[in-house]
Amino acid sequence: MAAVQDGQMELDAEKETKPEILSDGTSNLSGNTASGTLSSSPLTAAPAGGAPKMEDQQTLIAVLQFLKRNKLTDSVEILRREAGLGEDQEDSQATDGSGGGKGDVDGGDANSLLSRVSITSAAAPQSVIIFHSIIFFYSYRFGKVGGADDQPDVSVVLSAYSQQGDPSLYQVYYSGLKNFIESVLDCHRAELSQLFYPLFVHMYLELVYNNHENEAKAFFEKFSGDQECYYQDDLRVLCGLTKKEHLKGNEVLLDFRTSRFVLRISRDSYQLLKRHLQERHNNQIWNIIQEHLYIDIFDGMPRSKSQIDSMSGSLAGEGKREVNKAKVFHGLLKEPEIEVPLDDEDDEAENEEGKPKKKKTKKDSLGSKSKKQDPNAPQQNRIPLPELKDSDKLDKIMYMKESTKRIRLGPENLPSICFYTFLNAYQGLTAVDFTDDSSLLAGGFADSTVRVWSVTPKKLRKVKSAADLNMIDKESDDVLERIMDEKTASESKILYGHSGPVYGVSFSPDRNYLLSSSEDGTVRLWSLLTFTCLVGYKGHNYPVWDTQFSPFGYYFVSGGHDRVARLWATDHYQPLRIFAGHLADVTCTRFHPNSNYVATGSTDRTIRLWDVLNGNCVRIFTGHKGPIHSLAFSPNGKFLASGSTDGRVLLWDIGHGLMIGELKGHTDTIYSLKFSRDGEILASGSMDNTVRLWNSMKAFDEVETDDFTATTGHIHLPDNSQELLLGTYHSKSTPVTHLHFTRRNLLLAAGAYNSQ
Amino acid sequence: MAEERRQKLCSVILPTESMKAMAESVGVGSLQEDSCLALSEEVSYRIKEIAQDALKFMHHGKRRKLTTGDIDHALKLKNVEPLYGFQSQEFIPFRFASGGGRELHFYEEKEVDLSDIINTPLPRVPLDVSLKAHWLSIDGVQPAIPENPPPVPKEQQKTDSTEPLKAVKPGQEEEGSIQTKGQGASSAEVKGSSAKMVPLMRMKPRSTHELSVEQQLYYKEITEACVGSCEAKRAVCVCNKCYLFLFQVRVNVVQNNLALLIYLMRMVKALMDNPTLYLEKYLHELIPAVVTCIVSKQLCLRPDVDNHWALRDFAARLMAQSCKTFSTTTNNIQSRITKTFTKALLDDKTQWTTRYGCIAGLAELGHDVIKTLIIPRLSVEGARIKAVMDGPVVSNIDKIGADHVQSLLLKHCASVVAKTRPLPDMVDQYKVDYGYLGTMLCSHVVKARAQAAFQAQTVNRTTLTITQPRPTLSVSQSGLSTSSGSRAPSIIKVPSSLTLMSTRPGTPTQPSPPATKYIVMATSAGAASTHYLPTAPTAILHSAADYTYPAMRVKRKKSLTTMVEDLLCNRS
Repeated sequence: MAAVQDGQMELDAEKETKPEILSDGTSNLSGNTASGTLSSSPLTAAPAGGAPKMEDQQTLIAVLQFLKRNKLTDSVEILRREAGLGEDQEDSQATDGSGGGKGDVDGGDANSLLSRVSITSAAAPQSVIIFHSIIFFYSYRFGKVGGADDQPDVSVVLSAYSQQGDPSLYQVYYSGLKNFIESVLDCHRAELSQLFYPLFVHMYLELVYNNHENEAKAFFEKFSGDQECYYQDDLRVLCGLTKKEHLKGNEVLLDFRTSRFVLRISRDSYQLLKRHLQERHNNQIWNIIQEHLYIDIFDGMPRSKSQIDSMSGSLAGEGKREVNKAKVFHGLLKEPEIEVPLDDEDDEAENEEGKPKKKKTKKDSLGSKSKKQDPNAPQQNRIPLPELKDSDKLDKIMYMKESTKRIRLGPENLPSICFYTFLNAYQGLTAVDFTDDSSLLAGGFADSTVRVWSVTPKKLRKVKSAADLNMIDKESDDVLERIMDEKTASESKILYGHSGPVYGVSFSPDRNYLLSSSEDGTVRLWSLLTFTCLVGYKGHNYPVWDTQFSPFGYYFVSGGHDRVARLWATDHYQPLRIFAGHLADVTCTRFHPNSNYVATGSTDRTIRLWDVLNGNCVRIFTGHKGPIHSLAFSPNGKFLASGSTDGRVLLWDIGHGLMIGELKGHTDTIYSLKFSRDGEILASGSMDNTVRLWNSMKAFDEVETDDFTATTGHIHLPDNSQELLLGTYHSKSTPVTHLHFTRRNLLLAAGAYNSQ
Repeated sequence: MAEERRQKLCSVILPTESMKAMAESVGVGSLQEDSCLALSEEVSYRIKEIAQDALKFMHHGKRRKLTTGDIDHALKLKNVEPLYGFQSQEFIPFRFASGGGRELHFYEEKEVDLSDIINTPLPRVPLDVSLKAHWLSIDGVQPAIPENPPPVPKEQQKTDSTEPLKAVKPGQEEEGSIQTKGQGASSAEVKGSSAKMVPLMRMKPRSTHELSVEQQLYYKEITEACVGSCEAKRAVCVCNKCYLFLFQVRVNVVQNNLALLIYLMRMVKALMDNPTLYLEKYLHELIPAVVTCIVSKQLCLRPDVDNHWALRDFAARLMAQSCKTFSTTTNNIQSRITKTFTKALLDDKTQWTTRYGCIAGLAELGHDVIKTLIIPRLSVEGARIKAVMDGPVVSNIDKIGADHVQSLLLKHCASVVAKTRPLPDMVDQYKVDYGYLGTMLCSHVVKARAQAAFQAQTVNRTTLTITQPRPTLSVSQSGLSTSSGSRAPSIIKVPSSLTLMSTRPGTPTQPSPPATKYIVMATSAGAASTHYLPTAPTAILHSAADYTYPAMRVKRKKSLTTMVEDLLCNRS
């Protein structure tokens, strides 16, 4: 562990610079597509593991040159050393790929379980993957955008605005377009209205950039009221921007610039628009559309206003259709076969329940279910998973026993809710987590502490000190019991270590570890045997909003203000993957039940699904109108639920990449979402002091997933929130911070009492 | 809409004067106007930026209030050193000063003597975070326990208690919904509870109540135990008594046995005055009984002669007392009682006896209730009384009833009107405002004012301490002479009436919660106690006379009387 700590100290020194913008180009997604103008042709799939080695080498060299130019010699050294590049190669512009060979050797020390196996599973050579993460890492770390792909530089981005038009005519142009759009047929109007917001923003920014402050203000005054109400927050940022200098530091606006706003418009509507603009010789607007917008044209009927509204609202428009085409293995992994000691266990159960026959059959069915391979499941070893320990197997047996006693929930049979109220928390409770077996409860607090409670009669005990441990008989059967120090038994323990509010906590599945992420930029790993901090994972440098353990342990994911999510392994002090692409803070991170994917929600009002294997973004879900604060996968891995500050829960079909439901009812931010163990009920907890239960089964069943909707991505949502709402339970001025279903489907809720 | 939005979004910048003032404070004397403008624009922009970042921290801190800590964190993000010393909890510690045509807000920095700080005793250590579990819902139904919010939101309670006229409406819906949904359908019930918390109450079907053989036996046993000599047995029975109570009242109402009803009411009074008994559990048995005594159509065999009015008055006072003692935000007794009374009062077909009971019941609840519910009805009631008084004599009973109602209204309203209505008291104006009763009311008000003035003179001006005389009730079955003789003067009314929402603060944060008062009931009992309440009185109200009970005679009247005496002795 000491070595790890040292390594971090070293790294720390270099991480001081703040990334001005994120290298979106390095995320395979938009970087490649940025070159395409107005093309409706399907994009080539993101360069997954199989990207040519050469290209990576070149990007790496470009990064190096960039660093050199900026006199960051130390970093050049480090990068070169880690990438295994010789100086000569770089000078000779790297015409051969021999560096990759070296990378194999040197990269070995940064090797992870993950990358080792990826050789076997993916066709990609090992070095490519390492290079990927290194580039992510470096390009992010040094803030400035490297020469990756065709990503424009900061100054380039801004200079795109430098074209001169008569500033006084902007209003005329805009209102001309507005009149046109308002006069077209109804079916086209809704689609073309999508243009208003991005055009408005770009025109305003152009005015600001060219120092036409007064014209910009007048323009804003005149047209800001026309924009859709869900863009309010962005408009508020925008209205503060009145000077060219402001543009430089504002991340939101830079994002708006670097990423093209994506609009989905039917071919007919688009032709209409094009004809109009050409007739009027309205080059100003045409240029903006050409340069700053990405219009995703589809054939077929134009979409209705409600269809458009349900999908729009994100910072950078809708996701491109092509993005959500990649195959996602959303099935569950095969349960490892565990020999259940049937004899004595069952005898016990028989005595308890008195219904032995029923139990037997149930168990059998459970076993057969897990043996059947889901066609959508990823390969068992697609990403390497830690081996099961004996204690894990015991836990699995416990789990199976418990699940036979599970209550079947449904609209007729609602769960009971047990509410854990934090008293005297003085508004300081920021995060809560339960262990899977519901025996422990952890709370993160604004005063930098993490507290762990035992919610069962079993008290929390520390392991004895090393000297005492030497004394015990290691051969005895109850050695695990003997190592615990009875004197330390208490109902709760406090973990000190962070230096800022703790925004995320997560228990490991085996209940031995606890993760916490904090405002201080670190993620800490705590041992629940010694109740001490084991590792501090540094890398985010900015507040880390959320962290979560993989359902199989070992890996964990974190997301923060630096707009990336990172995948870590507990035994590596550097991240294994960096998921870059969000345009604003990553507010929540969740693992898919099969651990092959990670979902992240962001302040840019999108949800992204990332492939853990290659770091690609495989889904972008747009439709929320506010920052996303909660995510939950359904237990079968097919669906995703997301909750945001706008008080709505949206349901997504991961396989088809579609929005399939909208649950309206909450009046404030939804901070927690959870599916029942069988996926029948979705529970949502909110700032409005309520827990609501939704009939998720019905919501999923009613989805029409015919080929048409799947290919076009046009959804038509039934407005049936009230039918799906099964219950609303008010708490006494206690916002609901966390929800958890026990293995028997009892719902546990937690929150801090707010005395005001 | 658009107009509003635009206003909200218009960019506000700091005044240039502030820049000047700040520049001066750091020693920069002459600042150009242009630079001031540039500075203020820049500073405004940066402040907004920081505020937006701080908002993020607020959201992630799961709060609704922005704190100085959030601003500190936002500053840290921008690599700016946080401001130290702005840790104030509640208010923004700025002071305002003006002078020389300039206005300033500044932060006052007091000089603090270190020894003062050292010598002051340490403040109390704040309580540590603790965890407490309760049931938010059991099988989809939210239990009515103090940890959960009251089933009816506060606003609704308020409207219920101030405007029961509107509240009648949901009651009608309720009946309809029950007809369609049926009583047993749990899903429908859950649906209803989720849509609205109110319809949780289940209307009890109106039916004939038969006392089973077991109940009869039980009744016999209890009565005998109470009357008998075994002291230990009697103690046990006191609680069981309450269960019995309803039966007794029902029986006696049907039998029109006024004397026994009076005894029973006195027994309730005794039970209530006994601080060692937890009556919360039995309220659902007691209150319907008491309400029946207030509003029943007929309480005695000869309504024209017997003084059942006194019984009604006494029971009404008893009701007010129990409202005061037991009404909480969870059981919501007072607003439900108010609703019941008002509903009956508004019904045109209500008999004079019931009308009297309703008015008495409402009036006892305090001045606010009188003001909001009775006084607006004065003219209507006046017209009704006039119709009886002046019209052809239909029956003597009606006339007596109207007479009683009139005197009751005058008595209660006069004091309230005297307090609320500004001088002078013009008879004509009163007539306009209150109709038929105006003239009499005016004279009563004048009297009340005179009395108040007299009291203010004689009694010490600062405090008016009046010990409330224990309401006594003499059993006089004949004659109307004592109709209100033993009453306490109405000025000394219990002032609490509409404060039921705030009676119980309900803060689970208290380290030692007043939980001892609560007796946590089994869910079924809890449901019964809360759901049963509003229904029974109304049922009795409308059809008390329709109830048919199996003839079940109380054997020895004498024994009951002694029993009550015993009870009264017990508490002393």
